[in-house]
Amino acid sequence: MLSAVLVIALLALAFGLLLGFAAVKFRVEGDPVVERIDALLPQTQCGQCGFPGCRPYAEAIANNEADINQCPPGGEDGMRALAELLDRDPKPIGAEFGEEKTKMLAIIDEETCIGCTLCIQACPVDAILGAAKQMHTVIESECTGCELCIAPCPVDCIAMVPPRTTVESWKWPEPETFHSLNEREAHG
Amino acid sequence: MAEMRSRPGGPPLHRFPGGLELPDNKAMATTTAIRTAPLPRELVVPLAQHIGDAAKSIAKIGQRVLRGEVIAQPEDAISVPVHSPTSGIVTAIEDRLIPHPSGLTARCVVIEPDGKDDAVEPQPLRDWKNAAPVEIRDHIRAAGIVGLGGAAFPTWVKLDARAPIERLILNGAECEPYISCDDMLMRERANDIVSGALIMLHALQAERCQLAIEDNKPEAEAALRDALATVDDERLELITVPSVYPEGGERQLIQVLTGQEVPHDGLPLDIGVICHNVATAAAVHRAAIHGETLISRVVTVTGRGVTQPANVEARIGTSFHDLIEFCGGYAEDVARLIMGGPMMGFAVSSDDIPLIKATNCILAGSATEAVPARVTLPCIRCGECAQVCPATLLPQTLYAFTRARDFEKVQAYDVFDCIECGCCDLVCPSQIPLVSHFRFAKTEIRGKEMERSKADLARQRFEFRQSRLQREADAQEGKRRRKQETLEKLKSSDSKKNEIQAALERARKKKEKQ
Repeated sequence: MLSAVLVIALLALAFGLLLGFAAVKFRVEGDPVVERIDALLPQTQCGQCGFPGCRPYAEAIANNEADINQCPPGGEDGMRALAELLDRDPKPIGAEFGEEKTKMLAIIDEETCIGCTLCIQACPVDAILGAAKQMHTVIESECTGCELCIAPCPVDCIAMVPPRTTVESWKWPEPETFHSLNEREAHG
Repeated sequence: MAEMRSRPGGPPLHRFPGGLELPDNKAMATTTAIRTAPLPRELVVPLAQHIGDAAKSIAKIGQRVLRGEVIAQPEDAISVPVHSPTSGIVTAIEDRLIPHPSGLTARCVVIEPDGKDDAVEPQPLRDWKNAAPVEIRDHIRAAGIVGLGGAAFPTWVKLDARAPIERLILNGAECEPYISCDDMLMRERANDIVSGALIMLHALQAERCQLAIEDNKPEAEAALRDALATVDDERLELITVPSVYPEGGERQLIQVLTGQEVPHDGLPLDIGVICHNVATAAAVHRAAIHGETLISRVVTVTGRGVTQPANVEARIGTSFHDLIEFCGGYAEDVARLIMGGPMMGFAVSSDDIPLIKATNCILAGSATEAVPARVTLPCIRCGECAQVCPATLLPQTLYAFTRARDFEKVQAYDVFDCIECGCCDLVCPSQIPLVSHFRFAKTEIRGKEMERSKADLARQRFEFRQSRLQREADAQEGKRRRKQETLEKLKSSDSKKNEIQAALERARKKKEKQ
């Protein structure tokens, strides 16, 4: 009887120590789910989802406060990746959040710009360069295409343009092939 | 897999998996000696001719440059400088069409030759035998030398042996049909190649060097044998290998000679081997012994679409058009123009593009040579493609995943090990352009990776901005609080009384002292 109690007590002590040690040694900083959701988001920081940036949206998803179909820039692919990560059913991007479109970059018409700095304050990734009453310009490589700079501009001098294709960013086109002879005939 | 194929008197050879025996079509360009192309009216020198980042132009418009003068400096670690191919005036630094499958433009330095061809003072490294390996490497880097077999990887990087090198392999296999520039170079400049081999051996501190040549080039083999007899160095060895396409592939040739496979995520260096092209060795010789920079190369201008096929030594920057004209112009039934060989090259839509360091062949195909527009049929899963794949991939599986856009799977099935040799295309009974699909998949995957790294940058910048705004707000708040505290202190009469008291005290003390 006594030995049984002792054995159980010793075991409890040993496992307690083990768990305590593991809690210190393998401690996880922050919330890994939020990190993993955030890693799947496109980081445009555009706020179309209704949250002020990608990370707040990731936190909201993790807390079940937001759905996975609120990110038009991430598009269908992004939504599917989220669905897979969180083991939820895929659903189409909600129309109220905007539609999925090809990525664009902001460009400032430097002739028209009056140097008001409003777009600089709006840019979530500090991709606009300039100072008061000085001409502003967009740093092409940093622009995420979030369009947040367009609304504040008092002289409408910001336009969205498709990014230039360079030798580095060029992609091979997919060759035209068909799954079946019927498909090919239908294609003519 | 390593079926032995020994040769009378030679070392045992091995076999790489797959591959094909192809009609070589090389003879048409090897009837004449290497011809030297005249200086054209204009040279267009792209700044990115090698793998790695583009060099940065340091030339000024209107400046007179000399042959061998540096016109662009490398900025990145894996890069080389670009030199002016002749003396003349820099007329523009602008985007011009370059030989690239995209048909896009890239930054080039445009030089109008003055016909004098004045050179900068050559700086040879004559005493290379006593030079430190690093000195040779720097010299080769400064000479702008890149791999001349077609990949254009900076040569100096592949002379930087971080591990002990057992053997250096000089690749003279030149397995792709039609191309014969290495063949002609070995026939005519075997001594340069052997000298370059000795210099590279010294730079790598390697034990031995094997010069590998396919058995369809007896003239080149004889010339190399003579050159080797002259230097009489037992570390150098000439090896004839049976002609099987794509034996000239780095990994394939290493497997034939060593029987070992280069790890798929590793480098030849990992198994103690370094492989360079024979033309690169000749360029190393010219850089070290004569102090010449890489401003010209031998290129095969061939195909039934050109009147007099030949191997031509031309300055970098000479247009394809000028080279074709030099070879008698186009034949009447020319159908398409390809940079590189028929198997691994790519079609170009214009001949107004410059010769670059990577251009080993300009192939003008006639209507009879060109593959007719392919009628693709569905995959019947016959497995022929897997039989011929030298990288032991499963092309039909890769194709199925590519069609399904399941790029994760495509990557898991090692699409990046595909060397794009085109064997699977050739044997496919359904005529599926498999390599084109894999090229598509590769650029899609790279594009996604680029997007991801851009997203990471955006996240970093967003978080930095958030923390900056927070810091600014905190600072503002702190300032406001301090101000308020001082104001309150001043307001309270207590403090005022105390101050008056203190002032009186000070005045009294002053008086006492006097």
